[in-house]
Order: sequence, then C-alpha cells, then structure tokens
Amino acid sequence: MAPFKLSPTGLRFESIDKRYGGLYALRRVTLEISPGECAVLAGRNGSGKTTLLRIAGQLVRPSTGKLSFPASGADSSGNVRPGYVGHSTMVYDELTAEENLLLFAKLQKVESPIARAEDLLREVGLYERRASLVRTFSRGMRQRIAIARALIHGPSVLLLDEPATGLDGLGISWLANSLRELNRAGCTIVMSLHGESEISALATRAVRLEAGTVTADTATGASLHDILTFGAA
Amino acid sequence: MSFFSNTVVLLSKELRTEFRSRELLTTTVVFILVVLILFSFAISPTTDESREFGPGLLWLAILFAASLMLQPCFLREQSNDTLSSLRLAVSDPFSIFLAKLIANTLFLLLTELIMLPFFALFYNVPILPELPWLILVLFLGSLGISVTGTALSAISAQARMRELLLPLLLLPLLTPVLVVSATVTVSLFEREPIVKGKGIAFLAVFDVIFLTALWLFGEYLLEE
Amino acid sequence: MTKRIILGGAAILLVIASAYAAFFIAPEERTMGLIQRIFYFHVSSAWAGFTAFFLCFIGNLLYVWKRDQKYDWLAVSGAEVGLAFTTVVLITGPIWAHPVWGIWWTWDARLTSTFVLWLLYVSYLLLRSLVDEPDRRALLSSLFGIFAFLDVPLVFGAIRWWRTQHPQPVIMGGQGSGLDPTMKSVFFFSALAMHVFMLFLVAERYALEKMQTETDFLVREVEA
Repeated sequence: MAPFKLSPTGLRFESIDKRYGGLYALRRVTLEISPGECAVLAGRNGSGKTTLLRIAGQLVRPSTGKLSFPASGADSSGNVRPGYVGHSTMVYDELTAEENLLLFAKLQKVESPIARAEDLLREVGLYERRASLVRTFSRGMRQRIAIARALIHGPSVLLLDEPATGLDGLGISWLANSLRELNRAGCTIVMSLHGESEISALATRAVRLEAGTVTADTATGASLHDILTFGAA
Repeated sequence: MSFFSNTVVLLSKELRTEFRSRELLTTTVVFILVVLILFSFAISPTTDESREFGPGLLWLAILFAASLMLQPCFLREQSNDTLSSLRLAVSDPFSIFLAKLIANTLFLLLTELIMLPFFALFYNVPILPELPWLILVLFLGSLGISVTGTALSAISAQARMRELLLPLLLLPLLTPVLVVSATVTVSLFEREPIVKGKGIAFLAVFDVIFLTALWLFGEYLLEE
Repeated sequence: MTKRIILGGAAILLVIASAYAAFFIAPEERTMGLIQRIFYFHVSSAWAGFTAFFLCFIGNLLYVWKRDQKYDWLAVSGAEVGLAFTTVVLITGPIWAHPVWGIWWTWDARLTSTFVLWLLYVSYLLLRSLVDEPDRRALLSSLFGIFAFLDVPLVFGAIRWWRTQHPQPVIMGGQGSGLDPTMKSVFFFSALAMHVFMLFLVAERYALEKMQTETDFLVREVEA
C-alpha cells in the first residue's frame, strides 16, 4: 500500500471559515493534527465534516483562514497532495479497474505506473477483476478501488469521508486492517465517522464538530468514547 | 511539461471512453441526419434553393447536434465525482478543458465527415472540388463550437435545468460561427475566393479569443 | 441617499429636455418626416444599453478577481438595465421601419446584432435564476458574462460582414451619415441624457440588490 518511504506530515487548520452565501459551514476552526496521527472527525450530518475534509483535500478553498501541512521530516517542500476518499468512488464506471488506476498514476507522474497500479490492485484484492469495468463492481469493491485510487501516488496524508458506509462486516475489517497498516507506515489519517466501530478503534485522536465549530477534542481532554457516541444517546 | 502529458493522458481517456460505447457519435450522426431530412420536408427546396440554403441548414443542424452532444461533457464527471479526482490529480486545470475540447472537436468533425456524403446527396452540392477548404471550415467552426460548448457545459452542469440551459447559453454565443461558417460554405460551392479568405480568418480569430478566455478563466469554472 | 435623488432628478430633467429637443429643436428630416425623430431615442438607447453591458462586464471581471459581492450587484444591475434599453432599441427599430419601408423587420445588420445581444443577456439572467446559492450564482454568471461580452464584437462583426454578402434595407441609414449640425447636437444631448438616466437606473437597481442581499443575510442569521 505504501511502498514509498513516507515523510510524516501533519495538518494545520488556522481560523478556517467557510461561507456559502449567508450560511457558515465552518466557523473559526483551528485544529492541528500531528504527523502520523489517526484522527477521527465526529459529528451529525451537516456539522461540517465533509466541508473540512474537502478543504483539507484542497478541493474547496476556505473563505478565510489558512491550511498548511507541517512536516516533521527535513523536507517540507512544496505541494502536499493528500489522498482523498469521498462519498463517491471518484473513478470512471466505463473504464476497467486497471485503466482507472493507470490514468491517475500517469496524471500524477507516479514512477512505473503500470507496476504501481498492479501492486495496488493486489493489495486491495482486486487483481483478478482488474480488466472488469468498475460499473460491474459491488459496493465493497467500489470502496476498495476508491481507496486504491486515493493511494496511487503514495500520499503521506489520507483523508476519508465516512469510508465505512455501505460496507459489510468483511469490508469493514479489511478497511480497518488497511488503515492500520498505513498508519503504521507513517501515513497521517483523518476520517469522518459515525459512531464506534472496528475503524474508530484505530483512532489516536478525535474531534467533534457541531454546526461548523469544534466542540470537543481528545487533545484537550475529552474522551474518545464520548466524542464518538454523543449523538447516539 | 506535465501539462502536455496530462492533456494527452486525459485525451486518450476521453477517446477511449467514447469509442468504447460510441453513444455520442451515433446519436449525433443520427440527429444531424434527421434534422437535414426534416428540413427538406419543411422547406421542399428546388435544386437551386438546395444549393443556396443547404449549407446554412447543415450548420444549423451541426449547432443543434453539438449543443446536445456537449451536455454530457461535464455532467458525466458528476455521477461519481470524477471531476474532483481529476482536479486533485492534474497540475493545471486547463489540461482537463483542453483534453475535452480536443476530443469534442474530433467527435464533431468525425460526425460532420460522416454526414458530408449524405449532405451532398440530399442537397445536390458539389463537395469534391473544394473539399480541402470545406474541411478547413468544418474544422475551425467545430473548434469554435467545442471551445465555447466545453466551457459552457462546465457552467450549466452546476445549474438547474441543465439540459435546456446549455443550448440556451450556447446558441446565441455561437451566432458568429453559424453566420460566418454558413456564408463561407455557400461561397465554396460558388467559388468566390475573397469570401472564404476573410471568413476563415474570422473563424480562426473567434477560436483564438475563446481558447484564450478559457485558458485564463478555466480554473474558476471548476471551482467548488 | 441624496446623491441618488440628485441623480434621479438630473436624469428626469435631461430626458425631458432631450425629448423636447428631439421634437422641437431638431430640424425635420426631408424624406421621412416626423418618424425620423425616433432616431434620437433609438440610437442613444443603444449606446446607453451598451455602456450598461460594459458595466456588467466590469462587474464580472472584478467579481472573479476579488470575490466581493458588490461587484455582482453591479453586474446584475448593468445587465438588467442594459436589457431594458436594448428592448427599447428593438421596439423603436420596427416602429421606424414600418412607416418608412412598409415592413416591420429587415434583418438589418445592427438591429439583428442587437437582437443577439439581447438574447445573450437574457441567457445571462436566465442562468442566474437557475443557480440558487449566491456565491455560485455570482461566479458562474460572471464567467458567462465575460464570455458573452467577448462575443459581442464578434457578433456585430460577423453579422455586418454577412450583410455585405446579402444587402437589405438599412434601418435609419448609415449612422451619422450626413447629419446636419443641429441634429448632431441634439443627438449627443440625447445620448448624454440616456446615459445619465441609465446610470440612475443602475444605481437604483444596485441599491435594491444590496438591500435584498443584506435582508436575506439577516433573516438567515436570525433563523440560525
């Protein structure tokens, strides 16, 4: 999954506001995620989790505030490109699994794109279906190709928006294992989740968002369990 | 340099996707054919009239067909949010546009070349003598349609009623292309060299202006 | 507030004065008689409309660059007022043509181009009505507005060239062709009056848009 030597990278959100018309999706969010952390964003639908992740992924520009990627390693050069796994697969249904990964590998100037694509397909267990159109994939397989796509360029930061949605027990176990391995290899992970699960158990940090602001953070003493289960009561 | 290689990679993706299903090409060819036939029912031209009105009708048919063909351009990037993954993967967002507009121009041109023999047949126009010039006009006109159509497709994909909106935005904008291309095409069948020179230069200018505008403003079209 | 009242007062006075001048000071044209006087309103409305569209264009550019709402307010005001003046042009054209030529419309180069201009800005407003989120609406319509304005000289150029191929009766003769000095003065005075009137309307529309946006914002703040 992460054959490259990852240079640990963190995320720093400084006073991030995001306005849509008159509505604030995010309000004065200041947050620092250390390199190598596995952080969970918890919150109800509409609390701003997706917006924050999309800003972290540099898909959305904040209205005010700054996003940066402080690196603990020697080189903190130029562009950090986080891997992003969203609600959609972000791959083409009309192309095969292989073609999709090759496309994104070539676009991002990955070395030996063909070999890299093959490796990833094996890692996510889709090698046998590499020549099948993504349109034919099950929900679990779609999630796996989505993750493969996010990882194709060997990112040191991985962002996932409710990655467990629609996955069955096996799928969730697979996801938890993969994320654990990645985190161990030094990949910083930030993901939004609902409730407690095998995946939330990986968290070294949790942050709760309500109506666009941070209302609880394990870094300032809140308990992981409370943050993850506050809405369930 | 990665800009050019990105464009090539994306272009081959666009071409591969289309040639696999050929849905855009077939529907566009059939649409133009149907429109041309319907026109001749509506107008019932004499042989001379055919020659005079034919080119204008051909270009009108091309414009209508294009405004339908270009709708899926950015819409199809919405179903799986592939627009986001493209934006993340490329260094310059203009490469996304360039790849799409080159692909669209090629599809349009291919459609037109397929249609040409039918057009010559139904409207009694001698296309062979001035074929190179004809292809040049078709190319420049199609390029103008693609550049503007690709840009506006990105805009209309983000609005409501997007299927109706694209033609409404695109057709008035393309008036110069319709007028000039039709006039030049007519003159090609009547052999007036002065007309074609100026007309072709005009189409080239149109293409350059909008290509430049797309280059300058493209990234904002893709903003979220 | 007082500035607007002064502007409004000045606009009304100037318009009344220019109407008076058009009817009583300008000499009667030899061949066409009374109906020719509509020229003062027709052409000056066209100029004022065009300037309003230019203001829209400036608003569009500034919005894309600075993302400040007020530029979008300017843009929509320019577009709506410009459209109003352009509608006047399209109505006065046929009103002139009918007594003189016996037909309502001749596809005259300038009038046809004006019609396309009108369609472009109707599309602009239509696009705005189909995007709900204010920032998105401002950005998308600004980008379309830029493309539309770049298209305007191309539309006028293409149609004029097309008309040289197929000459037709021209509405109001060549503009400024052999205008008597008094007529010229009356015309420029009308143009001035129309511009002041246009600026007044833009200012009012801007104020309205500003108030509307601020009210919406307050309503949302209260509801949140």
